[in-house]
Amino acid sequence: MSKIDSAIHEIHKLDNMSDDNRWVNRVHPLVKLLLTIGYIALTVSFGKYDILGLFGMAVYPIAMFILAEISVRETFGRLKVVLPLVCFIGLFNPFFDKTPVLFFGLTVRAGVVSMITLMLKGVFSVLASYFLVATTSIDKICYSLRLIHVPEILVTQIMLTYRYIVLLLKEVNRITDAYSLRAPGQKGIHFRVWGSLTGQLLLRSMDRATIVYESMLLRGYNGNFTYIGEEDKLTMTDVVYLVLFGGLFVFLRLCPIVAVVGGAF
Amino acid sequence: MHMADALVSPAVAGTMYVAAGAAAIYSIKKVKEEDDPKKIAVMGVMGAFVFATQMINFTIPGTGSSGHLCGGMLLSALLGPYAGFLTMIGVLLIQCLMFADGGLLALGANIWNMSFYGCFIGALLIWKPMMKKGMSKTKIAAASIIGCVLTLQLGAFSVTVETLASGITELPFPVFVATMQPIHLAIGFVEGLITSAVLIFVYQARPEILYGAKPVDREKGAFSFKKTIAVLAVATLLIGGGLSLYASSNPDGLEWSMGKVAGTEELEATGAMHETAEGIQNVTALLPDYGFKNSESAAGTPFSGIIGAGVVVVVCVGVCYIIRFFKRKKD
Repeated sequence: MSKIDSAIHEIHKLDNMSDDNRWVNRVHPLVKLLLTIGYIALTVSFGKYDILGLFGMAVYPIAMFILAEISVRETFGRLKVVLPLVCFIGLFNPFFDKTPVLFFGLTVRAGVVSMITLMLKGVFSVLASYFLVATTSIDKICYSLRLIHVPEILVTQIMLTYRYIVLLLKEVNRITDAYSLRAPGQKGIHFRVWGSLTGQLLLRSMDRATIVYESMLLRGYNGNFTYIGEEDKLTMTDVVYLVLFGGLFVFLRLCPIVAVVGGAF
Repeated sequence: MHMADALVSPAVAGTMYVAAGAAAIYSIKKVKEEDDPKKIAVMGVMGAFVFATQMINFTIPGTGSSGHLCGGMLLSALLGPYAGFLTMIGVLLIQCLMFADGGLLALGANIWNMSFYGCFIGALLIWKPMMKKGMSKTKIAAASIIGCVLTLQLGAFSVTVETLASGITELPFPVFVATMQPIHLAIGFVEGLITSAVLIFVYQARPEILYGAKPVDREKGAFSFKKTIAVLAVATLLIGGGLSLYASSNPDGLEWSMGKVAGTEELEATGAMHETAEGIQNVTALLPDYGFKNSESAAGTPFSGIIGAGVVVVVCVGVCYIIRFFKRKKD
């Protein structure tokens, strides 16, 4: 599957997952957004050698992935985007930080511990973000952004971009397929047609934007969007969910649960 | 260059959110001042366009590798710095949420590193000043390449500073900078080339949609027959009348060669045929040997230049009209 095909597939898959009628999908989008940001902030706030404390933060993604029945295997595919830069930066740590430390009974360089901590932070953050988008549609995320007073113009822009992405990805896919059929064995687009190939798509896209805008005006567009989820009111269940998980995150941040449980044995 | 959440501390992430937020608020204010509701729709499509075209692999000649489009510079050249900046925020948010390309917490840093420099520095400090006195293909190429290289360098430098400020890496600052900057120099150059190719195409097809393009003045820009004739006439008078005073008295190349071979610059022709032809020429020549008949005056040369040019123009125009007349008749 080509890169563009897999991008389209990923978007459709996430759209379908977020449209499911699972209990976690029904939680207010703002609650999930705030919890996700809070979780990531607390996760990355751990010290670079505090690997035991960081392990405790795994409780949230593990629990939510099981409860929401989200495939962990597919989620790890997303890590290939995040991990290269994280690994690139983390891999230098063992060479520069040579202080010996005790790690699970072994004496290792402190740089090794900080490298693993960095990678775990990357993994946990990705899992939390994935949980958010797998259970909340972009429309609902945009609605929650409006609730925290992110300007309308920006939110509208995000929604429109998202709406057009699949359309343009399919168009790019058709163009590159047609090109590769006419230039078999050639990797990528030849430099002689860089401008014309992309430029034509650009001009067509701008024309399309104008037509769509005129259609929107004819249908009564006045600069304001009605967001999906506007009927969603914050319920007591949402408040309980927020307090429960917010409290859990703070607890996991303050209490090294892995060390405590391990010490009990 | 998308930073993951793991690479920033909450303090650095918060600071970058504030910085990016301030730039976003200023951009929103500017876009609202423009009062062009159609632009919002165009921004949405352009965001998706950048997203989609960043998946196209452009072959880099002679390397076997491929490069991608530079979104920030392209958007600001098409939409302007403010609308371009807001569009890039949307692209980065969707990349972060849907494809884990960059983290949610690190979004502020990514907006700053990739959008702020690309849109504000690239558009306001490079594109706009360079296009102030009009656009050309060379200027567009230069602005795109310089813009992409500079903004990527600034972005890469910011990644280094933000990562070090977050206490993530043990890499010493000089080593980190020396690793990041050269890689992004090459990337910036390639992205600049790709971006310039697209913008030059747009310039040739629809120059009016580029940021900073002056509206095409049809009256002023159109070909003016009268003005062209006037310019040609003045040039003819100057060259024929003025510069011919400085016409060399030395023999030209052919005369010089003849002088070397035959010992004379002009061959004397003999025979009835030649005598008849010479007689006709003497009668018909308005200005024999570029001077007045039977005159040695210096004024003869410039005057002959003007007369000669005028005759050439009249003959040329006359011939063309005759050809056109017959062509129309044939059609």
